[in-house]
Amino acid sequence: MIEAINISKSFDGKEVLKHISATFQKGQTNLIIGQSGSGKTVFLKTLVGLHQPNAGDVFYDSRNFIAMKEKEKNKLRQEIGMLFQGGALFDSQTVEENVRFPLDMFTGMTLDERRERANFCLNRVNLRNVNNLFPSEISGGMQKRVAIARAIALNPKYLFCDEPNSGLDPKTSIVIDELIQEITKEYDITTIINTHDMNSVMGIGEYIIFIHNGEKHWEGSSNDIFGSDNKELNDFVFASKLFQKIRNC
Amino acid sequence: MGILFHFGRYALFIRSVFSKPDKYKIFFRRIVDEMVQLGISSIGIVTIISFFIGAVVTLQTAYNLYSHMPIIPGYVVSLVTRDSVLLEFASTLICLILAGKVGSHVASEIGTMRVTEQIDALDLMGINSANYLVLPKVLGLMIMVPFLSILSMAVGIFGGWISGAVTGAVLSADYIQGIVYAFVPFFIVHSIVKSVVFAFIITSIAGYCGYYTSGGSLEVGRSSTQAVVQSSIWILVFDLILTKLLLP
Repeated sequence: MIEAINISKSFDGKEVLKHISATFQKGQTNLIIGQSGSGKTVFLKTLVGLHQPNAGDVFYDSRNFIAMKEKEKNKLRQEIGMLFQGGALFDSQTVEENVRFPLDMFTGMTLDERRERANFCLNRVNLRNVNNLFPSEISGGMQKRVAIARAIALNPKYLFCDEPNSGLDPKTSIVIDELIQEITKEYDITTIINTHDMNSVMGIGEYIIFIHNGEKHWEGSSNDIFGSDNKELNDFVFASKLFQKIRNC
Repeated sequence: MGILFHFGRYALFIRSVFSKPDKYKIFFRRIVDEMVQLGISSIGIVTIISFFIGAVVTLQTAYNLYSHMPIIPGYVVSLVTRDSVLLEFASTLICLILAGKVGSHVASEIGTMRVTEQIDALDLMGINSANYLVLPKVLGLMIMVPFLSILSMAVGIFGGWISGAVTGAVLSADYIQGIVYAFVPFFIVHSIVKSVVFAFIITSIAGYCGYYTSGGSLEVGRSSTQAVVQSSIWILVFDLILTKLLLP
């Protein structure tokens, strides 16, 4: 479980996050939704420690991440997997080397064991025969799957995904969404996904928080979202004609 | 942003770069990779530039000495060529060339990693990204640059001999006599010390410029240009300081 308490963050005097609190449960897909520029990515990066909040605390299973010393933070980071918006695969390494990278850095496993684990993770995300290819030689959807394989290589307790569907076609987006949800259930991890894709919201959103202009405006599940009377949320959810038609049906 | 800001941030960056590596086995492998990437791959350009510099210095020296002071013996031409190459060209000029080649490469590589969130990925894993990415480059070039400097000396002097002999500006026998005449071995040490310091300047400044890139491809290009400009300026500043300190 991850708890964010009263998180505030400013850049050059501009307040990007305003007192956001949320509790993300284990074994479910937690979504952070909101328009572009609403502060979703800053919130996610603050949760994982890539940004230091101006105020507030983040607890990983009751361990206060913000108050930790750098050495303790680095230890906890090995329990975190993250899928970045662009994949963030290392260009100079092959697919297998990318997935093996956290194992090379943090485990005492032999090369054969590390290779076996990397192959297991690649198989888990339905990728085969791509081990020796470089990230530039595979499609965007495959890159995302390699990034997921790398994120789960160390058996993380917490998985963060920053806009996992950006740049992907709707069909591949669903594959990635379902894969993240399967992994969350299978390994019983706490997953937090940043998205503005309403298909993801409706497909895998078990707990959703809606951020608007750096403030949390709404929280609930995908079932509650249509019944909400929050104006900003409705403007966001029903921005597309498809969802307007669904509402009118 | 002010110069003091950059000095302070550069100092903190260097402290982070020179901290204990996360895994020594990977660290040493990366140093070897960088020695190849930054050092071995520069042999071609160092050889070509050194040859032509040596050749031109010989011809210009011969022209100046013979046209103004025809009584000066021929071996003086190669003596001047040798000392110019040893004292300045094999270290300063070659490192200015490396500032362009290696500096832009390092800054754009690390800058691209920054804007594509690869550095965030390293930080998130709990890896000291500055140390992991930059220290192998710094040490890799510092290890390789003495060899490049010695290569440059040899090729530069050889280039001078070829140009002198082919154009008839200096007789071969005179040239060879001048090469060994009043030779000061310390000049080689002087050149190597300077080039090692310059290698540190090139890689650390390029690493700094790349590491703090923010934005997109335009900013990566800007960081790369900054790396070349800044490292070239600091090479010249330290050239002056080290020359004053090292030579009697």
